[in-house]
Amino acid sequence: MLQSMRVRVLFFGVLKEILGGEDEVLELEQGARVGDLAALYEGRVGSQKDLIQCMAIAVNREYAKAESPLHDGDEVALLPPVSGGLR
Amino acid sequence: MRVEIVDEVIASAEIVAGLKAGSDGAVCVFDGIVRDNTRGRKTLHLDYEAYREMALEQMRTLAAEAVAKFGVRDVALVHRLGRLVVGETSVLVAVASAHRGPAFEACRWLIDTLKRTVPIWKKEQFVDGAVWADGEPFPEEIRVTAAVKEQR
Repeated sequence: MLQSMRVRVLFFGVLKEILGGEDEVLELEQGARVGDLAALYEGRVGSQKDLIQCMAIAVNREYAKAESPLHDGDEVALLPPVSGGLR
Repeated sequence: MRVEIVDEVIASAEIVAGLKAGSDGAVCVFDGIVRDNTRGRKTLHLDYEAYREMALEQMRTLAAEAVAKFGVRDVALVHRLGRLVVGETSVLVAVASAHRGPAFEACRWLIDTLKRTVPIWKKEQFVDGAVWADGEPFPEEIRVTAAVKEQR
């Protein structure tokens, strides 16, 4: 049987409102990667898919790639595009 | 380098004065303030929030990068969070250098890069509603999605 791991996921900005909270603990299969987690949330936001597609994800406070591995106890953050403002 | 995230008024004049040293010939300052409208819609106030620990680390990295990249002597980078009203400073960038060229360039690079990569968001409260400001797209190397699609 595959072992599972737990990561804490933080939501920011508009994602906090869409997902209804500031954070949650997620149980994932061992070996899950950042891309798997992104796909999971893409399925949860319904019509707001565009937002997930332009967000960034940080793992332990560093920007991560879809192929980055996740580990038990990681702090993951879903980051909507940051407040730019027109140049 | 003075890099901070604060919850109170940014003491711009004091920060800029404290940055200056004898070998400097230029101090370039960008003072980002709250505007009274967005595309004509009247703004009451802005609420800034951050992924605080990460934002601070990112700002420290940017400040060090600016010194290395442009050869400026010192940098101050301060961002405020919480509720800000029209006219208040949300972000202050100050760069001290022997000559003005690198000071201008580093200052511009710092604010542009900060606004694209440092995890800070603002919610705009208008007279008739509130929205999270549309951010600038993340640089390609930071976004996760292209790769997500390829994986499927």
